[in-house]
Amino acid sequence: MKLSRIIANTGEWLSGSGPHDEIVVSSRVRLARNLKGKPFPGWAKKAERVMVLEEIRSAVEQLPEMKGSFSEKLEDLSPLEKQVLMERHLISREHAAKGVGSAVVMNTAQTLSFMINEEDHLRMQAIRAGLQLDEVFAMINQADSELEDSLEFAFHNELGYLTACPTNVGTGMRASAMLHLPGLVMSEQVNKIVNSVNKIGLAVRGLHGEGTEAMGNLFQVSNQTTLGESEAEIIGRLNKVICQILEHEQNARQILLQQRAETLLDQIGRAYGILCHAHSISTKEALNLLSFIKMGIDLGLFPSKSRLQVDELFIETQPAHLQKGLQVAKLVADERDSLRAALIRAKLKKMPEPEIGKIPTTGTTGSKTMTSSEES
Amino acid sequence: MFCDVCKSKEPTVFLTQIVEGKMQKVNLCESCSKEKGVNDPTGFALADLLLGLGAAQEIEKNPVGVRCQVCGFSQTDFKKTGRLGCSSCYDAFAEGLSGMLKNMHRGNIHTGKVPEKLAAARLRKEELNLLQTSLDKAVIDERFEEAANLRDKIRRLESEDASERVNQGGEVASVGRMELFPAEETSPTKKPSQKP
Repeated sequence: MKLSRIIANTGEWLSGSGPHDEIVVSSRVRLARNLKGKPFPGWAKKAERVMVLEEIRSAVEQLPEMKGSFSEKLEDLSPLEKQVLMERHLISREHAAKGVGSAVVMNTAQTLSFMINEEDHLRMQAIRAGLQLDEVFAMINQADSELEDSLEFAFHNELGYLTACPTNVGTGMRASAMLHLPGLVMSEQVNKIVNSVNKIGLAVRGLHGEGTEAMGNLFQVSNQTTLGESEAEIIGRLNKVICQILEHEQNARQILLQQRAETLLDQIGRAYGILCHAHSISTKEALNLLSFIKMGIDLGLFPSKSRLQVDELFIETQPAHLQKGLQVAKLVADERDSLRAALIRAKLKKMPEPEIGKIPTTGTTGSKTMTSSEES
Repeated sequence: MFCDVCKSKEPTVFLTQIVEGKMQKVNLCESCSKEKGVNDPTGFALADLLLGLGAAQEIEKNPVGVRCQVCGFSQTDFKKTGRLGCSSCYDAFAEGLSGMLKNMHRGNIHTGKVPEKLAAARLRKEELNLLQTSLDKAVIDERFEEAANLRDKIRRLESEDASERVNQGGEVASVGRMELFPAEETSPTKKPSQKP
């Protein structure tokens, strides 16, 4: 399978549907594994890395769920292709920087991807739309169990699965959900949420994980600890917290609608106006404005059939995606900004103006608690 | 200001360490800092940055100069990168790691998934421990018939365990707790797998 054919299609996690997918964009679980008795990639010599790569790659390719998969060594991918995969969350930023001795294997639906010789010998992930952490864990757990037959993973009686970084030891699992939280950002509650989530051993991060900025009101919530709890306990804890954040977001939107409807509609209307008429726009501005359009769809101001189009724009406007169809050398930032604006204009042309006159009274925001007092 | 070691050159490396709650400041010139092995001050910060503040200090709880016997990774490497060299490093640096793991995780015993091949052996080990406790108790209570039964059960389990280990190419665990009941057909030094 060629990469160009894979990336011509939107991944299942973006085009598919799942529970609460208006707010929970995607759910992802990744497992870190290392081969017994082999030095970790960061310390291994090139020849050792290549040997590990061959062993793991052939085992992964033989998995029944990886039939017809895309499999490529990192040195054979162009920087642009690597970045496209990164923007789709199929490989990590760290993996994109790798060359000889590393590889990536993924299925055509783009729900399963295996990074070989990232920080660990094997990092495998499953990703799907909406809130379905249990389901994605089951997917990747099955792949892991199947791989056990042909690969012997480094496992310690007390410490569990051994990883290059002690922060991943134990289950080697990082479960995360990408949340779209414009309501909490607009009502300035998001920092409070971030802080309280951090206090209970979960992490909130930006769009592309550790150390990245929160753009487009997108936040990643994930478990911080991997040792001392079972996979099910970790996911259960995470699920609970995500459901709470979900409820807070819905309440925040409801309160905004009731108390600051003008501001809310103004923001959505302006976002629509700028996106429809801009001729140069940066990634950050585009994502932040698209976030308002996305919320507009949730609130019923735009037809719901536009949802996929807008969701796709979140990915299609990223730097590497903009250039993937072009057979030219790397564009400079200014050129990308014009291209991005043109793409958005073309896509939004098909979308009707927001029905700003009608303040939605129903919608997806099924708020339960309406006890907040009027602010001065 | 002069270097704290040679007291002649201008210091360029300013090292601040908090050891058991007390802050210690050391000012070193370039050549002395190299000599003392602190030529890469970013190395100190990186472990802290990646593993949480105080991680570098936990690492230092390992005996000075300890290296992983398998892959040669040193404590300095660990401190510099915040990563380990191979799976055996977890044993080599166990002393410094245990405190660190406790701080960064929710406990320091894995309770999640176990590879299927190891899961059976793990279960057997737990059962063995249970049986051994009952056996000890039976002996103290002078319930010898029950004790003999328990002993036989333990032997059976241990022989399964041993044969599995042989299959996996690992070393056979020596049996050291059978002395209480030397049975006629096996001497205590014999391995349980040799039982008829």
